[in-house]
Amino acid sequence: MSTRIVLDTDQRPDAAAVKRHTPEKPQLLLHENHHLCPGCGEPLAVRMLLEALEEVGAANRAIGVVGIGCYTSFSSSMDVDGIQALHGRAPSLATGAKRMRPEALVFTLQGDGDMVNEGLQEVIHAAARGEAITCVLLNNGVFGETGGHMTATTVLGQRTKNTLEGRQAAYHGYPILIGDLLAQLGGTAYCARGTVDNAGGVARTRRMLKKAFETQLKGEGFSFVEVLTMCPTGWFIPTPEGPGYLDRVMGSVHVTGELKAGGKLTTTAELAARRKQRGGDDEDGALPGRGGEPLPR
Amino acid sequence: MSRVLMEGSEAIVEAAIAAGCRFFAGYPMTPFTEVLEHFARRLPEVGGVCINAESELEAVGMAWGAVATGARAATGSTGQGLSLMQESFSEITRAELPLVIFNMARGQGDYYQSTRGGGHGDYRHIVLAPIDSHEAVEHTQLAFHLADKWRNPVLIYGDYLLAHTHEAVDVQALDFGPLPPKDWAADGTLAGTGRSRNVNSLGFRKHARRSQSGIDPESFWRELQAKHDEIERSESRCETESTEDAELVVVAFGSVAKFVRYVVRELRAEGVRVGYARPITLWPFPGEAIARACSRARRVAVLEQNGGQMIDDVRLAILGRAPVVGIGEISTDASGFGIGKLLDPERIRHKIETALPGREVAA
Repeated sequence: MSTRIVLDTDQRPDAAAVKRHTPEKPQLLLHENHHLCPGCGEPLAVRMLLEALEEVGAANRAIGVVGIGCYTSFSSSMDVDGIQALHGRAPSLATGAKRMRPEALVFTLQGDGDMVNEGLQEVIHAAARGEAITCVLLNNGVFGETGGHMTATTVLGQRTKNTLEGRQAAYHGYPILIGDLLAQLGGTAYCARGTVDNAGGVARTRRMLKKAFETQLKGEGFSFVEVLTMCPTGWFIPTPEGPGYLDRVMGSVHVTGELKAGGKLTTTAELAARRKQRGGDDEDGALPGRGGEPLPR
Repeated sequence: MSRVLMEGSEAIVEAAIAAGCRFFAGYPMTPFTEVLEHFARRLPEVGGVCINAESELEAVGMAWGAVATGARAATGSTGQGLSLMQESFSEITRAELPLVIFNMARGQGDYYQSTRGGGHGDYRHIVLAPIDSHEAVEHTQLAFHLADKWRNPVLIYGDYLLAHTHEAVDVQALDFGPLPPKDWAADGTLAGTGRSRNVNSLGFRKHARRSQSGIDPESFWRELQAKHDEIERSESRCETESTEDAELVVVAFGSVAKFVRYVVRELRAEGVRVGYARPITLWPFPGEAIARACSRARRVAVLEQNGGQMIDDVRLAILGRAPVVGIGEISTDASGFGIGKLLDPERIRHKIETALPGREVAA
């Protein structure tokens, strides 16, 4: 059994006990301020995105097309040439930008409400065209900005402001596994689902983003990375429970791993079977509270 | 280049290419389809890109992305397709992007849509309404110039007649003068320099001006409003004829105006004191020019191929100095494409004669 440290964010930390780890700020991050909620996974995901951009050598030629959600505010701190899209419309804007500036690295930054609800056909057609862009999905399973409402990726049983007793298949329908939809399209060259609920997941997510950007730079086709992010505010749970909830509730349905890489397809069902075999999450498998437990109310 | 016989759609596409347009995205819809066809054929020949988008929503989005990087780009449809694009037009206008839009409309029922906009918020785009292919060749190139000059969308209002009538046209690249550099364009070249750009409709700045998030929509949108006021003061265009002593001035726009001008000349030749005025820009509406043209008129008639839309702007220009009557009508073919019985000089002559001062006319 590995050790698990939970910090109570309601308490002022004991300065002497806190071991500070201060990684170097990515060059592409203009400043480290943001006004997102405590425990939010999006700043971490955006940081990985910027680090990956730098690692593939695209820091001086990146265009970011940003959707509408909490993450929109990062457009003022990411040092990339930015284009603000309407809700759901980022893939078509990225298409026009990439076609006119093929030398640039063009990515979208979208949430699950943005990409999977409002703009589903945009991302599917961009993938089918094999558009040489990278679409990045920050998936927390709720409309975080509006205050925690059901999206197309909300998992069955998940409580949101408009599924008070939990999402019911018969009434609300099933969640969309967007990665599986995109992976099977001929134009998709790379497709993966990562998470930022644990250190290993963060590192793997950065590698996925790097692979996706390399796919674009090599001109191999459309690339897609989904990142599961914590939203304790939108999930109505205490902040420290965010990572555990993400792994248990979101992560057991939107299972992490590569769905298409090097021409090899893997379905989410296959990833789920492997996860079950491991008795929990991915290779790091350090988090408790997996499987079987009732959803927190 | 000498005059070549081609349909209006092709003339528009050749003019757009002459103006440097290198990106187009659209979705087929009658009577706009041929504009898309000609772009699809011609743009790859000049190193450009034309995408048959999955819907009008994506078509406008793609063109939006292209103009945001500094390229000259356009989209278009008929009014129905443009309805789907309105949300984006609003955002694109407020992101100050020089998009050119073609509406090959089904008649003139899209006057409100073009001049008021069907989208949200405070915004306007410049609307040019060419009378024929020759003027469309000029207007198309002017549209790209004005769009860049004002960093504002410009819409070309055409119709079935303009799109499909063959005329001999000479497409020469026109020079409208110097333009400011596109230093705002998000082309990726300033990424990682600390001076990267952010093309958006919300007033986002890279470095916070007032609030922590770097957003200040109020002052941003007020600046935009001031720009629109300036466009209104300086870009209206109007054609008038025989108005000095006219007792009746007939106001019309676009293809329909060509019929009206013909009939007015015919009546003038017979000694009837009738004049003609044509807004070339539907927005900004040439209100002062129309008011001047109608200053001696005892009656003003508006002939438009719809239920009466531009008449609102004419009334605002005339401000009660003369009675303004609508003598147009909804007029279309069985398919609703806008080729109706109104497009007939005999019928138009009858309507104008009925509107002469002293005659009874249903307002």
